[in-house]
Amino acid sequence: MSIALEHVSYVYSPGTAYEKHALKDVSFEIPQGQFVGIIGHTGSGKSTLIQHLNGLVRATSGKVLYEGQNIYDEGYNMRALRSQVGLVFQYPEYQLFEVDVLSDVCFGPKNQGLSPEECEKNARKALELVGFPEKYYKQSPFELSGGQKRRVAIAGVLAMKPKVLILDEPTAGLDPKGRDEILDQVEKLHKETGMTVVLVSHSMEDIARYVERIIVMNHGEKMLDGTPKEVFRHYKELEQVGLAAPQVTYVMHDLKERGFDVSPDATTIEEAADEIMKSFRG
Amino acid sequence: MIRDITIGQYYPAQSRIHRLDPRVKIVCTLLFLVSLFIQNSLLGYVIATVYLGAVIRLSKVPLKYIVKGLKPIVILLLFTVVMNLFLTRNGETLVHFWIFAITEGGLRTSLFMAIRLMYLVAGSSIMTFTTSPNGLTEGMEKLLHPLNKLNVPVHEVAMMMSIALRFIPILLEETDKIMKAQQARGADFESGNIIQRAKAMVPILVPLFVSAFRRANDLAMAMESRCYHGGEGRTKMKPLRYKSGDRIAYILTLIYLVVIFVVGRFVPFKLWIF
Repeated sequence: MSIALEHVSYVYSPGTAYEKHALKDVSFEIPQGQFVGIIGHTGSGKSTLIQHLNGLVRATSGKVLYEGQNIYDEGYNMRALRSQVGLVFQYPEYQLFEVDVLSDVCFGPKNQGLSPEECEKNARKALELVGFPEKYYKQSPFELSGGQKRRVAIAGVLAMKPKVLILDEPTAGLDPKGRDEILDQVEKLHKETGMTVVLVSHSMEDIARYVERIIVMNHGEKMLDGTPKEVFRHYKELEQVGLAAPQVTYVMHDLKERGFDVSPDATTIEEAADEIMKSFRG
Repeated sequence: MIRDITIGQYYPAQSRIHRLDPRVKIVCTLLFLVSLFIQNSLLGYVIATVYLGAVIRLSKVPLKYIVKGLKPIVILLLFTVVMNLFLTRNGETLVHFWIFAITEGGLRTSLFMAIRLMYLVAGSSIMTFTTSPNGLTEGMEKLLHPLNKLNVPVHEVAMMMSIALRFIPILLEETDKIMKAQQARGADFESGNIIQRAKAMVPILVPLFVSAFRRANDLAMAMESRCYHGGEGRTKMKPLRYKSGDRIAYILTLIYLVVIFVVGRFVPFKLWIF
């Protein structure tokens, strides 16, 4: 039960002035149940990369394996794949179209061929999972606030009961409160359902707090791949490609340089605080 | 995919054609279109091909791009060819079966008509490929300026046109994105009968319209906050001025027009039936 990319390359508009290598020989495997962050600055190929995971974009070369099966095989059921690998696009609220929230969330399950009762059941469950208040179920999705719209859109994908959830910049354009709420909910989802979650972001701070593994993309290539601690050890290289490690990493490195006995590996504020307290006591 | 629609798009490159004054390109494009209609002979089309080929070559736009721009008119093209081929009864009959007959005249008309249509589209797409939307508007505005005296809102019309052109690629990209997003939710646009397919468009069209209105609103706001208030009293940072290259282009195009008119009309050259 995993998704694997094998030497995937993707070229936009080959043979023209707009030709662009969006992905170059990318390989990795995501086991079921992992919480992965994909990070990279704008144009590093992260959005293109995730569209390969559910077959929306076809690789120019290389293979994508879902549960060991090549999705480019002839006769492979792409629609079944898409209901197992749920992809939430950037600014997903722009894809809402139904007259009310509940029927919009039902769109996915309906496409899966479920009965209206089952659709509604799944939709209600999904809306509950994202913490959307029930009193707004019958409201037009266009009348909601930005954060609520986004919840509805995420629920729209969750209602299909995917085994893998991919979120492309789910917090873009939200205020800090909305951002934390969405990410906390995603984390809760991951814990409660054991779903694989792939979180795409350009903010290290966001990612460091939640994920078990970080894949860093740069100019269409996989640059780093490892646990947050491992990745942030390369904070100098990250800076060179326009990314930054979380603020605490810098603080910890500075402290160590000035002779404090702390490990600079802390990636969250809580860890850093513990580490500093430890060095004081010890 | 949907991204492949190239009509009305700017192709960035450094070329003589790109550097020409937009007015020259608009006028010369019009003259080229006229030239296709003032004659109808083999030699005439050869001359038009040479002119068009030279311009495409000079513009550094890959031929592939221009051919791609012809894709949207393929159906119209086929329709015209088939209609002309079978319905024109003129001259000797070449092939005859059942109620259909292909005559010399039909073959000739359908072939020339196809060339004409393709050159019409190719000629105008060369203009949009080599002129930025802003340049196009400016040129159009300057050319139509005299109409202001007749109370035609030239500036407003030009501005609307340029916005419309600018929005084509944006909305195409948006459509692509929405389509993918709905596909990710299991939408199916390919199977089913015509009614089911039309229904399947709703999840694309509603968000697309919403987004078009949102963008229009944002744009209006952005323009107003930069004190846009129409064309009156508006000055240009780089006013259009003819240079020597522009004059040469005018002269060459006029010569081409005269040559194609004279040769196409008065030189009796025929190859078989064409």
